[in-house]
Amino acid sequence: MTEVALLSSPFALIPIPAVDTVPRDSTPPREPDLTMDASLPAHMRPERSFQGFILALQRFWAEQGCVILQPYDMEMGAGTFHPATTLRALGPKPWNAAYVQPSRRPKDGRYGENPNRMQHYYQFQVIMKPSPPNLQQLYLKSLAAIGIDSAVHDIRFVEDDWESPTLGAWGLGWECWCDGMEVSQFTYFQQVAGFECAPVAGELTYGLERLAMYVQGVDRVYDLNFNGRDGADKVTYGDVFLQAEQEYSRHNFEYADTAMLFEQFKMAEEACKKYLAAGWREGGNQKQHLMALPAYDQCIKASHVFNLLDARGVISVTERQSYIFRVRELAKACGEAWVHTEAGGAA
Amino acid sequence: MPDLLLELFSEEIPARMQAKAADDLRRMVTDKLVAEGLVYEGAKAFATPRRLALTVHGIPVRQPDLKEERRGPRVGGPEPAIQGFLKATGLASLSDAKIQSDKKGDFYIALIEKPGRAAIDVLAEILPVIIRTFPWPKSMRWGARSAKPGSLNWVRPLHAITATFGLETEEPDIVKFSVDGIETGNTTYGHRFLAPAAIQVRRFEDYEAKLLNAKVVLDPERRKDAILTDAKQLAFAQGFELVEDQNLLDEVAGLVEWPVVLMGSFDQEFLATPAEVIRATIRNNQKCFVVSDPKTGKLANKFILVANIEATDGGKTIIAGNERVIRARLSDAKFFYETDLKTKLEDRLPKFEQIVFHEKLGTQAERIKRIERLAAEIAPLVGADVEKAKRAAKLAKADLLTEVVGEFPEVQGLMGKYYALAQGEDPSVAAACEEHYKPQGPADRVPTDPVSVAVALADKIDTLVGFWAIDEKPTGSKDPYALRRAALGVIRLIAENNIRLNLLKVIPKFVVTLLEGDAVKSAESPIAIAPSLLVFFADRLKVQLREQGARHDLVDAVFALGDQDDLLMIVRRVEALGKFLDTDDGKNLLAGTKRASNILAIEEKKDKRTFDGAPEPALYSLGEEKVLAKAIDEVKAEASAAVAKEDFAAAMSAMAKLRPPVDAFFDKVRVNDDDPKVRENRLKLLNEIRSATRAVADFSKIQD
Repeated sequence: MTEVALLSSPFALIPIPAVDTVPRDSTPPREPDLTMDASLPAHMRPERSFQGFILALQRFWAEQGCVILQPYDMEMGAGTFHPATTLRALGPKPWNAAYVQPSRRPKDGRYGENPNRMQHYYQFQVIMKPSPPNLQQLYLKSLAAIGIDSAVHDIRFVEDDWESPTLGAWGLGWECWCDGMEVSQFTYFQQVAGFECAPVAGELTYGLERLAMYVQGVDRVYDLNFNGRDGADKVTYGDVFLQAEQEYSRHNFEYADTAMLFEQFKMAEEACKKYLAAGWREGGNQKQHLMALPAYDQCIKASHVFNLLDARGVISVTERQSYIFRVRELAKACGEAWVHTEAGGAA
Repeated sequence: MPDLLLELFSEEIPARMQAKAADDLRRMVTDKLVAEGLVYEGAKAFATPRRLALTVHGIPVRQPDLKEERRGPRVGGPEPAIQGFLKATGLASLSDAKIQSDKKGDFYIALIEKPGRAAIDVLAEILPVIIRTFPWPKSMRWGARSAKPGSLNWVRPLHAITATFGLETEEPDIVKFSVDGIETGNTTYGHRFLAPAAIQVRRFEDYEAKLLNAKVVLDPERRKDAILTDAKQLAFAQGFELVEDQNLLDEVAGLVEWPVVLMGSFDQEFLATPAEVIRATIRNNQKCFVVSDPKTGKLANKFILVANIEATDGGKTIIAGNERVIRARLSDAKFFYETDLKTKLEDRLPKFEQIVFHEKLGTQAERIKRIERLAAEIAPLVGADVEKAKRAAKLAKADLLTEVVGEFPEVQGLMGKYYALAQGEDPSVAAACEEHYKPQGPADRVPTDPVSVAVALADKIDTLVGFWAIDEKPTGSKDPYALRRAALGVIRLIAENNIRLNLLKVIPKFVVTLLEGDAVKSAESPIAIAPSLLVFFADRLKVQLREQGARHDLVDAVFALGDQDDLLMIVRRVEALGKFLDTDDGKNLLAGTKRASNILAIEEKKDKRTFDGAPEPALYSLGEEKVLAKAIDEVKAEASAAVAKEDFAAAMSAMAKLRPPVDAFFDKVRVNDDDPKVRENRLKLLNEIRSATRAVADFSKIQD
C-alpha cells in the first residue's frame, strides 16, 4: 500500500512484517502457549470482547520480548508516526515494542453511518529491530492467539510495498490476508526520515476493529462487543465511539477552524525548526542533539493539522504536494537530529 | 553426467515477479556454465510464492583442459624480454619452451596447459555471485546483518539455499558455499501450513516428488492447470461457466503453493450493478474469478476463489470469510454506482476547473473545451452530427470524477457510457463516452460510429498538438504521454474508417482551433507545429505499415513522391504497389525503370546536367523509340487519370503497358549514340520513363 500523503486508504493498516516458518539462522523462539486460554472470563477473551482482543495481542508480544507501550499522547494518522516507531527505527540499537495507537484520519469520517469507515480507529503496532528471522512465524502465532486458526483460515502474504511520502520512508512487505480480507500490514523498513535503516526493523500493523469484527462475526463496527459482557452490562464499540464519530465528522468536514489550522501548521513548522536548531551541541568529536523528541512532536502536529485542512477541502492539488514536502522536510530533519541522540545511536 | 539442483527458499515472493525470476535464474546460471566451458544438456526453472528452483542436467564433471600456445621473444632476444616471457608463462627455464621458426625468424613458444576444474567447484564459485547480483525489480535488506553495509539484498528475506550436484546413481554432493551467513545444504521445507517440516532432498526428481507430498506444487504451469480445470469443473457442476482471465490466473497461481478451488456466492441484488464493475471489484480487490450463466452470458451471483490450504472444515470458513468481504466490497461498489447516478454528467464539469491536466496545458475543463471545439470541426469531415459530437466531447471525460471510476480506473469510459445512457443521452453520444479512448493500442478495436470517431480524433489530436506546442515530443524510448500511441490511433481511425482527410490542410486549422485562448502555454509558433506533427504522422504510418507486413521500401517509394497528405491514399497506394510488384509485369517494369535510372544517373554525372524536358519527336530514328514515346504518353495520361480517380489498381495496370516497349527499347536501341543530339534525346526519353512511373511511386526507392 502506498500511503499517499498523511492519509491512506480507509481502515488503513500500517505495514506489518511477517515471519517465516523456517528460520535458519536463529534459535527457535520460546513457545509459551499463547493460544486462547479457555479459562479466561469473557471480558478478557479475544473472540468475545474488543478489549480482550487488545489484551491478547499485548500479552503475546510481551512474551516475545516487546516493551508494551501506551498510545502516544498526540493526534496522528497512523501508529507509524509514534516516535517509538519512526524515530526508534533509526540507529543501530535494538528495539522491540508493541502498542495500540489511536489513528485519526479526518477525511475518513462518515458521521457514524458507514459500517467500517471511521475518522478514529485503533491500530496495534509492533516494531522489532533488527527484524528477527522468524517474524512471519511470530505474526502467525499472534493470529492464533487472537483466535485465528491457520487450519481453517486461508492466510496469505500478498505483495504490498509501503511508502510514506510525509515521513520520507519506504519498505517492502505484504498485506496479510485472512480469507480474502486484509487484516494486517507487514513491512521491512528500508528507509525512514530519509535515512537507511541499519539494521532493518520489521513492522506489523493490525487493523484492530476489522480483525475483531471478523473474530466476533459482526458486520458493523459499532456492534462490536467492547467489554465482553452481556445484557445490561454489555458495552458496544458504538456506545463508546458512535457519538464521537458523528461529532468529529461534523468538526472535520464542516467546522474545523481553518484560519486557526493554517496558523497552527505554520507555528508547528516554525517551532519544529526552532527546537531543532536549538538542540545541536558539540560534544567531544561528535555533534549531538538534545531535543529531537520535542521537535518531532511538532512534526506530528503539523502532519495532523495538514490532514484536517485537507479534510476541510481547503488545500488545492498543487498546494497539497507542497504541504507534504514541508512535513517530509521536518521529518527528515528530526531523523537527522535523532541519530545524534543517545537512543539514536550516537556514542 | 551429473545434474544440479538449486533452490532459493525465501519469504513470499510477489506473484508478478516470479515468472521472470525463474527465467533469470535459469539464464544466469546456464550462461555462466557455458562461459566456463561447461556445456549442459538441459535446464528448467520454477517458482512458487516461497521458492525459486532450478534444475540443470547433463553438466560435465569437469571443465575441459585448456591448452594454449603463447609466443615469446625471438631466439637470442634481449634478456629482459626473455625473463618477462618466463615469468608470464610460468616456465622454469628456456629449455621448457619450444622454438618455432617462420619467415621472420625463430621464436620461443610456451605450451601452457590449464587443467579444467571440477564442475562442482566452478558452481560453488559462480552461484553465490549470481545470488548476490540477482536482478529483482525491487529488493531489500533484513535482520541483524543489515546493520552492516554489503549485506545481501533479496526480494524478501532469504532463508535457505539447497544446492546439490551429482549423478543419478550416486548420493549427490552439496555445492558448498555461503551467502550472507546462509550455508548451502540439502534441506528444504514444505507448505507453510500443511506440511511445514524440513525435507531432505537429493536431486530434482525426489525434490519435486517430496515437495508434492509436502503439499507444494512446484511447477507454476501445473498450478495454473489445476486451478483452471478445477474452476471450470466447479462452475460447470453448478450450471455456470467460468469467465476466464489469464492475467488473474497467472497472479493467483503465484499466490499459492497448494491451490484449492472453492466457490462462494453473493446476493442477487448486486447483479443490478454493471457486470464490469462487479468483475473489477471481485477481481482487483479479491483476486477471485466470476462466473456467468451459459444461457444468457450474464454474470451469475457466484465467485470462485483459490485458497492455499486444504482446510479441516472443507473450506466452509474460508468461503464464509471471502463472501463477507465480497459482500462489503460489492455494497461499496453498488453504493458508488448508485451515488454516481444521482449526479448528471454535465453537473460534474465545473470540478474540472480545479484539476490541472498539465501545468502548461491548462485545466481539464480547458482541455474539454478544446476537444469540444475540435470535435465540432471534425464532425462534418467524418459524417458525424455536429451537435452530437459536441455533446459527446463535453460529457466524455465526466466519468473520471465518478466514484466508481475513482475506485476502478480501468472502467473509465465504460461508466461514462452507462451514466450517459441512464440520463437519456443519445446512444451515439453515450457510445462516444466509452469509445473516444479507442483505439488504445495496435490490437484494440477502432470505433466506427461517426460521433465516436470525431471525438476520438479530437481527443488524440488535442493531446498531440498540446504536447507538440509545449515541446514535450517523444524522444528515443521516452514517450511518457503515449504520443506515439495517440498518433497511431489517429492513423487507424482514419484508415479503418476510410476517412478522407487532407492532413496538410486540416492540421494547421486544427492547431489554430486548439491554441485559441491562452490555456496552452505554447513554446512553439502554431505555424511550426503542423509540419513537424505531419512528419511524426508519416513516421508512425511507416511503422504501422511495416508492422502490418508492408515492405518498408514500398512505403518509402510512396513517401518519396512528396506531398503525401492523405493517410488513406498512402495506405491504398502502398497496397496497390505491393500487388503490382508481385506480377511479372511489375517486376520487369521495375527492372526497366531501374535500368533507365542507372543509365541516367551515370550520364547525368558525366555531363553534369539533367535530361529534363520533352524529347524531340523529329529526332527519333528507330521504331522502338517512337513506340516507347507513344506508350509513355498514353500510360502517363491513363495512370494520372486513374490516380485522380484514386483507382491505384488501374494506375498500376496502366503502368504494366509500359513494360513491352521499355523492354524492346533496351533490346534494340543504343542510348549513347554517336550523334550527341540523338543521345540527348534518348536520355530525355529515359527520363520520361522515370517520370511516368512517378505517377504511382518513386521506383528508385524500391529494392529488387
